[in-house]
Amino acid sequence: MIYFDNNDTTPLHPDVLEAMLPYLKDKFANPSSLHNLGLEAESAVDEARSRIAEAIGCKPKELIFTSGATESNNFAILGSARARPSRKHLIISVVEHASVLNVAKRLEDEGYRVTKLLVDNQGYVSSDALRKALDEDTFLVSIVHANHEIGVIQDVKSLAEIAHEKDAWFHTDAAQALGKIPFNVEDFGVDLASFNGHKLHGPKGIGALYFNRKTRPKRLMEGAPQEFDLRPGTENVPAIVGFGRAVEIAVQDLNEVTTHLKLLVNRLTEGLSEIPDTLLNGPPPDERMPGNLNVTLLYIEGEAILMHLSNRGICVSSGSACSSKSLTPSTVLTSIGLLHEEAHGAIRYSLSRFNTAEEVEEVIEKTGEVVELLRAMTAFVPEKHSERQGGKSFYRQR
Amino acid sequence: MAIKYSEKVIEHFIKPQNVGEIPDADAIATEGSPACGDMITYTLKIDPDTRVVEDIKFRSFGCASNIATASMATLIAKGKTTDEIKAMKHRDLTKSLDGLPAVKMHCSVLAIEALKSAIHKWEVDHGYAVDEIIKLDKKEVWKALADVLNPRTGLSLIEAKLVNKIEIEQDEGRVFVELLLCDMDELYAEAIEEEMQEHIHAIPGARKVLVQFKRCHHSGMHGPEEHLV
Repeated sequence: MIYFDNNDTTPLHPDVLEAMLPYLKDKFANPSSLHNLGLEAESAVDEARSRIAEAIGCKPKELIFTSGATESNNFAILGSARARPSRKHLIISVVEHASVLNVAKRLEDEGYRVTKLLVDNQGYVSSDALRKALDEDTFLVSIVHANHEIGVIQDVKSLAEIAHEKDAWFHTDAAQALGKIPFNVEDFGVDLASFNGHKLHGPKGIGALYFNRKTRPKRLMEGAPQEFDLRPGTENVPAIVGFGRAVEIAVQDLNEVTTHLKLLVNRLTEGLSEIPDTLLNGPPPDERMPGNLNVTLLYIEGEAILMHLSNRGICVSSGSACSSKSLTPSTVLTSIGLLHEEAHGAIRYSLSRFNTAEEVEEVIEKTGEVVELLRAMTAFVPEKHSERQGGKSFYRQR
Repeated sequence: MAIKYSEKVIEHFIKPQNVGEIPDADAIATEGSPACGDMITYTLKIDPDTRVVEDIKFRSFGCASNIATASMATLIAKGKTTDEIKAMKHRDLTKSLDGLPAVKMHCSVLAIEALKSAIHKWEVDHGYAVDEIIKLDKKEVWKALADVLNPRTGLSLIEAKLVNKIEIEQDEGRVFVELLLCDMDELYAEAIEEEMQEHIHAIPGARKVLVQFKRCHHSGMHGPEEHLV
């Protein structure tokens, strides 16, 4: 089986599993307990926190563990709204994850003003647009660092600076970025950041939220005073330990893995660009989050492509409406200007350190095979059914 | 959410039957559109005396269940008379495929609609049917909405009694529909509205379609305020 769906989730690194096992077996205690077993669990949590804090350039007490990036995003946005009740305006972008978009919607229902910044045809948020949208009422600007579908990396440093001009807090969803691109909260000047364990070969069900003394969000759940009294509930010790180890490995191997992924994705891009009527979605490969590639294979539908590839032992994902739960096409793809018919044929390939050059060759070959098979039977006649005529080049002009 | 298909669906998706087009077809119809990501074209050979479908082929732009339902439709249609096909329901198709996930049920509606539309055109051409003059009225809107399914339940808006009100201003071609929408269906509001727009706009004379959702907190068990049979 070839797994090219690593922006969805990743396999556990064997060393991460190794690090977790003792905490699933003998070292099972509750870190809040005062006996030796409890203390042992507590120091394991502390150590994982220190490792992650070091990796992102913050103090351990500025980082709390959550159940994942979804919770962290909810926490950052709702918690900031509650912490700054006099301000009633939130700014996000159209290329955010559902856990940001839908929290924004909830605030809107509560009477908040929400501005969604548009993006250009490669997915970039513009600084000017942010500057225009900001005002004295803005409590938070939340912009994703690396997008999960098209791999576009936002200039969070500049965006955070602009947000601060009006004393708005700046949050970034770094669920995809952590461990794949250098990320340092101090360099970037962000006030809040969300992270995730399972996108970098750590376990599922664990994430973290960075905040600082100035930007302490209000807690959303009530309970015992775990996690600096911000997030109650007995800590998920094995997952925290695994998360810590995963971040440590990712940071340590960052350069090596990045080089490996660039080589693989460049070859994959080249191979797929040779399939006629194929479009690249998002920025050119050298600007993207390492490992991510998204293309539209015109005149055919994504779920069918995905299932034929799956039948050939290849796992990818699609932006097609038919493969989404709500039956609507990916808003990330439509917001960079894809027509619905183009979003339907979008396939995301996302690679990890465990993928190989041989796998890339096989994926190129099998994709070609599936495209040929489906185009041979398509009812889509470009001249008749498409409003976008003319030559279609793989790269989109910005 | 992973979509679970029956083995039959997978079988027809992987190895669809009767793919392609008949060059000198007697009947042809395309339904759906690339924007919906759901489109089928059938070509048929029909005996003008016995009205039996002698051959049928399809082309598809769509997902796995779109391909599988079209494939199954061709198998069922072959050898049947046009009357038999006209009596077919989309449920007959899904039954032959050992069911479809509720969220994919609309594919079987498209597969049947397209087939019936090809048959109807042929019957009109051959004097077996007349092209009724369709005017924009409540009955037609009602009929159009009977083909729109709620992706959560797989039931049509009419079956599930979700249509609360229909108002028509014939001169301006304006259609207003109020639909009951429970919390659980909120996820599908956009998809449902898109389908409603498409189906109502297909009625000649319908120029402006306004859909309004009325929130309710039950699961679509309400009856309509007015009966439109």
